[in-house]
Amino acid sequence: MDKVVELKNVTMSYHTLDGETQAIKNLSLDVRRGEFVSIVGPSGCGKSTLLSLISGLLKPSSGKIFIDNEPVTGTSSNVGYMPQRDHLFEWRTILKNTTLGLEIQNKLNKDTLKNAERLLEEYGLGEFKYYYPKQLSGGMRQRAALIRTLAASPEILLLDEPFSALDYQTRLAISEEIWVIIKKEKKTAILVTHDIAEAVSMSDRVIVLTQRPGEVKSEHDIALTTCECKTPITCREAPEFRLYFNKIWKELDVHV
Amino acid sequence: MSEGYASSAFQHSKEHVEFIRKEKAAKSAVFLSRVVILVALFALWEIAARLKWIDPFIMSQPTRVIKTMVNLSKDGSLFLHTGVTIYETIIGFLSGTILGTLIAIVLWWSDFTAKVLDPYLVVLNALPKTALGPIILVWVGGTTGSIIVMALLLSIVVTILNVYQAFKSCDEDKIKLLKTFGATKLQILRKVVLPSSIPEMISTLKINVGLSLVGVIVGEFLVSKAGLGYLIIYGGQVFKMDLVMTSIIILAVAAALMYLSVTWVEKKFMKMR
Repeated sequence: MDKVVELKNVTMSYHTLDGETQAIKNLSLDVRRGEFVSIVGPSGCGKSTLLSLISGLLKPSSGKIFIDNEPVTGTSSNVGYMPQRDHLFEWRTILKNTTLGLEIQNKLNKDTLKNAERLLEEYGLGEFKYYYPKQLSGGMRQRAALIRTLAASPEILLLDEPFSALDYQTRLAISEEIWVIIKKEKKTAILVTHDIAEAVSMSDRVIVLTQRPGEVKSEHDIALTTCECKTPITCREAPEFRLYFNKIWKELDVHV
Repeated sequence: MSEGYASSAFQHSKEHVEFIRKEKAAKSAVFLSRVVILVALFALWEIAARLKWIDPFIMSQPTRVIKTMVNLSKDGSLFLHTGVTIYETIIGFLSGTILGTLIAIVLWWSDFTAKVLDPYLVVLNALPKTALGPIILVWVGGTTGSIIVMALLLSIVVTILNVYQAFKSCDEDKIKLLKTFGATKLQILRKVVLPSSIPEMISTLKINVGLSLVGVIVGEFLVSKAGLGYLIIYGGQVFKMDLVMTSIIILAVAAALMYLSVTWVEKKFMKMR
């Protein structure tokens, strides 16, 4: 099997003067090429830490992380990260925002610029490329943020609750759009979310984490019977959708 | 949608028209009151002097101020002194802002340095910098240099503290985003920390105009060669209160104009964003 991301017995602790907090404990998981994997878990279970580890921003306390069978030593242009809020820079135009990653990696040239413009064009932001972020709606901004990540041509996308700042309707619509874009660009994606429906509707596989320190509690291969045109919205109509939802909900074992 | 906009522009409801009228009336009332206060103050001053309620020799009076202004502008000394003060202020203010920003960058760059220097900066900030005037006069000499150093000293500490604070309050998630692209520290500074701090830097400029002017006037008091501060001190010493009052009025106008020009720069900048 073609593993793109591999975590082996990863443990991560945070240190403060008050003591030590174990965020992730002995966690192992693989992600295959082209797969869309969601990670759900109770809040504070180290989901975001997991993404920071994969992106190379943090070093694990113990354990190994591999990307394309190479151990992770730092950030890599192979991994694109999409934060919770769009974090578009308000002093840059949309086009300038999308080329930010390229600028930083010193890869901004005619071809990559053209590619960024193509992405904007293709995903409905072509006429807004000289606009400033505050002139765009929340959904459009989120799409621009995804294009900013895609423009640096990463193979793997890390989505850190990218829809949590949006209202419910926009959230449904944009998760659909972003799913389509990711599939069309043939990227591997790891989505961290606390929205079970979002995870089931978008993913090929859902990984449930335990409470802190986060460990893998269970994995679910999602097989939904939908029409030909499989998208997150049609997935929500599949008869099995509810079953997966309930199963994962029970596993999360939420007590309020 | 554009059609809806156009039609609504032509068909304001009566209520809306009334609302706009009231807003405009309130605005002009404020402006009018301001002018009235200014005119009334000067008129009262003049009347009080003419009716000998106050001694014009000590308190001066508007007509004497105007006469002094005319006399001073005839031999060009009015423009010389005003020009000197504005020039020194601009130099002090620019060098204070630029140096302060550079030091803030150093502090941002090295957390260790920032932590070590923190108590020194707090004390320097609390210290009335004008107390250093005599020392600067001795060290730098009785030249324009002393005046500029004075102006610089007054603005630099505030600049360091404000700009550093602005750098520190830059959104951590934005920095994280750049780091995921593999950004170096210099890139983080240039791409996000500096541009996101521009509003705070401009508001620091606004504070600095005033502070530098304080530094320049104190400097001119001490050096006493030229400038509005010199005119004020000289006028006081030879008991020419007309000269003192005239200089203060010109100073107020110059200060307001410099402040307004920074506000203008701010507006230009904010429009760009």
